Amino acid sequence: MAQHLIQMTVNGEPAVAAVPSQMTLMECLRERLGLTGTKCGCAAGECGACTVILDGEPVNSCMVLAVECEGASVRTVEGLSRSGKLDPLQAAMITTGGVQCGFCTPGVLMTARALLDRNPHPTDAEIREALVGNLCRCTGYLPILEAVRSAATAS
Amino acid sequence: MSAKKASPAPLASPIGASPPRIDAHEKVTGAVQYTDDIPFGPRLLFARIKRSPHPHARIVKIDASRARALPGVVAVVTGEDYPGYIGLYLQDRHIFCRDRVRYVGDPVAGVAAISETIAENALELIDVKYEVLPAVFDPEQGAKADAPLLHPKLEDYVVAPFIFPQNGTNISNHFKIRKGDPSEVWGICAAIVERKYTIPHIQHVPIEPHVAVALVEDSGKVTLWASSQSPFAQRNLIAKTLGISQSDLRVVAPAVGGGFGSKAGVSMEALAVAIALKTPGRPVKLRLTREEEFHTAFVRQGLIAYFKMGCAADGRLLAMENRYLWDGGAYTEYGVNVTRAAGYSSSGPYEVPNVHADSLCVYTNHPVGGPMRGFGMPEMHVGLEQCIDDLALQIGMDPVEFRRLNCLKTGSTLVTGSKMHPIGLPECIDQAAKAIGWGSKAAPSSPRKRRGKGIALMWKAPAMPPNAGSSAWVRLNEDATLTVGIGGQELGQGTFTVMAQMAAAALGVPMEWVRIATPLDTEYSPYEWQTVASRLTWSMGNAVVNAARDARGKILKVVAEAWNEAPEDLDIVNGNVISYKTEESLPMKDLVVYGLPRPDGKGWTGGPIVGDGNFMPTYVTGLDKETGQGERAVVHYTTGAQAVEVEVDLDTGRVTVLRGVAAFDVGRAINPGLVRGQMEGGFVQGLSTALFESLQLQEGVLQNPSFVDYRIATTADAPEQVEAIMVEVPQDDGPWGARGIGEHPMVPTIPAIANAIYDAVGIRLSSPPYSSEKVYLAMLEAGLVD
Repeated sequence: MAQHLIQMTVNGEPAVAAVPSQMTLMECLRERLGLTGTKCGCAAGECGACTVILDGEPVNSCMVLAVECEGASVRTVEGLSRSGKLDPLQAAMITTGGVQCGFCTPGVLMTARALLDRNPHPTDAEIREALVGNLCRCTGYLPILEAVRSAATAS
Repeated sequence: MSAKKASPAPLASPIGASPPRIDAHEKVTGAVQYTDDIPFGPRLLFARIKRSPHPHARIVKIDASRARALPGVVAVVTGEDYPGYIGLYLQDRHIFCRDRVRYVGDPVAGVAAISETIAENALELIDVKYEVLPAVFDPEQGAKADAPLLHPKLEDYVVAPFIFPQNGTNISNHFKIRKGDPSEVWGICAAIVERKYTIPHIQHVPIEPHVAVALVEDSGKVTLWASSQSPFAQRNLIAKTLGISQSDLRVVAPAVGGGFGSKAGVSMEALAVAIALKTPGRPVKLRLTREEEFHTAFVRQGLIAYFKMGCAADGRLLAMENRYLWDGGAYTEYGVNVTRAAGYSSSGPYEVPNVHADSLCVYTNHPVGGPMRGFGMPEMHVGLEQCIDDLALQIGMDPVEFRRLNCLKTGSTLVTGSKMHPIGLPECIDQAAKAIGWGSKAAPSSPRKRRGKGIALMWKAPAMPPNAGSSAWVRLNEDATLTVGIGGQELGQGTFTVMAQMAAAALGVPMEWVRIATPLDTEYSPYEWQTVASRLTWSMGNAVVNAARDARGKILKVVAEAWNEAPEDLDIVNGNVISYKTEESLPMKDLVVYGLPRPDGKGWTGGPIVGDGNFMPTYVTGLDKETGQGERAVVHYTTGAQAVEVEVDLDTGRVTVLRGVAAFDVGRAINPGLVRGQMEGGFVQGLSTALFESLQLQEGVLQNPSFVDYRIATTADAPEQVEAIMVEVPQDDGPWGARGIGEHPMVPTIPAIANAIYDAVGIRLSSPPYSSEKVYLAMLEAGLVD
């Protein structure tokens, strides 16, 4: 099976991985780079658990081939906090109760981060629309929406 | 002695406070390890499962020779290798099918290979010859005497003493209530309602699919890592079926990405162990795909429910005659107890003098029914709570008033004949009605929409063996922080945080000093039956409190000896041992590992402090097989009420839930923030099942095993607000009076929404989900739209 050597910037640092053609970005992050914070919930682009920020856009990393990411910049949940300081979204998720089992949490955080990066003060409707592809079975979404609102207000 | 005078200012008790959950930080940073995140190195093998394409067939022959020859395949396993039966309450299944398959997806063979792709490819090379058998897709058909028998050896199966299989039929449990005689009072009822409701199969949909990794060492020792609610039950059941000691099977249970019952008992975990036994020295990982998750672990069984209930002119309920036919699926090893729970709770939270109820678990050629959040109660309450509404409306009584009149109160006689313990249900009703603005109707958001309000009650007891137990230990560290060992799992509900609160409060230290020993590991963690039944806050909580008190007693004994005082005069406050007599104070860290010098200077006293404790209810009695009557059927009931406001779109049939109110008697909210999380999350899960969810089974084949075709609620569907109201009537044997609240918030949601739809547009649907299409067609039929 042909392996391709790809170079990316992951969470601000250079990363190199040898990947087969059909390997997804999600698998590459988890299995080649040890970044297991990105989760696999369906491998079909339907649940949002594997959301990462790829060149500024939130994507389901299970729907992107790793070889497509040559030269790209990828941000994962592991890159959200900086020098031990939580991103305001992470802090807000803790205080509002937006985290229960935690499995959707990385994807939710990356989608919300991408939203706030391009729209620092979203309306409630915009927050709901942005997160509509991130399934959560525990919280009922209300504390997650509250966390995004509160992080937007704080920043 | 380093004692010094001090006047400790006690910290506010952690009980009733809402500290942030202790696992939140590792979850928001992605650091927490779920089972699939653990590295197992390059020797790891991957397993895939060959599954039955038929709902019911005899296995004539399995030829795996071509699969075994595929390069990269390390082992192929079939039912031939494992003759044992497995099951929680009724041992009715093999790990791999042996003589026949009973549902589409039944495991026939397993492959371990060096990659998932090779394992998947190998499945195609396993040739299985089947002889197709007539199948059962409907519990009513299946319960008939002439139905094809799915388990001809039912009478030989090992079964729990409180489950009653009907040999020679497909009925694997028949629970009966015979209390009074409804036939004698139908004639004097002012109103009688008779209805049939059909509840479809649904699935739990944890966002993390099932995953298990098994390793068999040369010594024969087996280790299983699994996304698990039940490491101890899995150890016990798998060890028994393999004929090995529980001591030689170690189950490690890392973080769980949602369970809702699907990861209780044993489902796919035994497959991983069975395959790994053929690859000694090499770990084997089995991950369910999302498609497999939808129908090959557990599903929530379907239900056909018949209700007949009647009341007097003054509204008092006089009689109920309820018949529940559960579509238990191919194996009902766990589902038989869902049937039992629905039986002993068959009246709902009402005092009814005459009740006949039959709850039957019926084998069908459908996916395996198992435990799901609510354990039969959400399904049963759907019809029951709509009939209650209908009955109230028929006699011209307000549904809230009707419920207030008939609901269980302290001392009421239950459907099983026992007495209701102190209960806050009436207050829950009052508070829910008030919060939703019962009796008033706001204008709809457009002229082509209609608004309505609905209410529903619920009750639920922990459904478990009468003697399900918990245990815990508390170990003090050098700096007086403590590590608490428990065997109950953090599923997202927040139990680790609640246990830390309880340990801190019982010992007398700040909560920040408490660590929970993770991951759960049957080799090091104390025994816990299972993380199910909303039983941990109460049962495991009691064990933790007992362990912390044990440690506290040992600490005080050491200090008492060193200070020449009586332990009764000592206390632990803020992590300091203090004497009320001498006002001396000693930081715990000075003694909890190294002990203290004796007062006479000759030697030492004490040693590393370890406390242990357990809890097991001892008072649950059996119920009579023919009448379902007995002294005490369950440990306790958690009760509550939900009210909702909906808007129905006349042009599309779309139902929008605008807001919800959840009021439950939680005994005591140890952590109100986490309780609110359960109430909100449970409400939206209930909403999702009310409006969207159904496993579409056609001739036993699942038509919608994906998130596109099986939709769950998203951010677009969550209401603006779910108000969480905590009523606190203490549980006599609960820690600080607490009882469980994990499952309950999704129990009354479907009927509350159904009653609100009726209030809005006057239609009732006999079966959820209340999709736009179904609601629109019903409105069309009723002449509401044209």
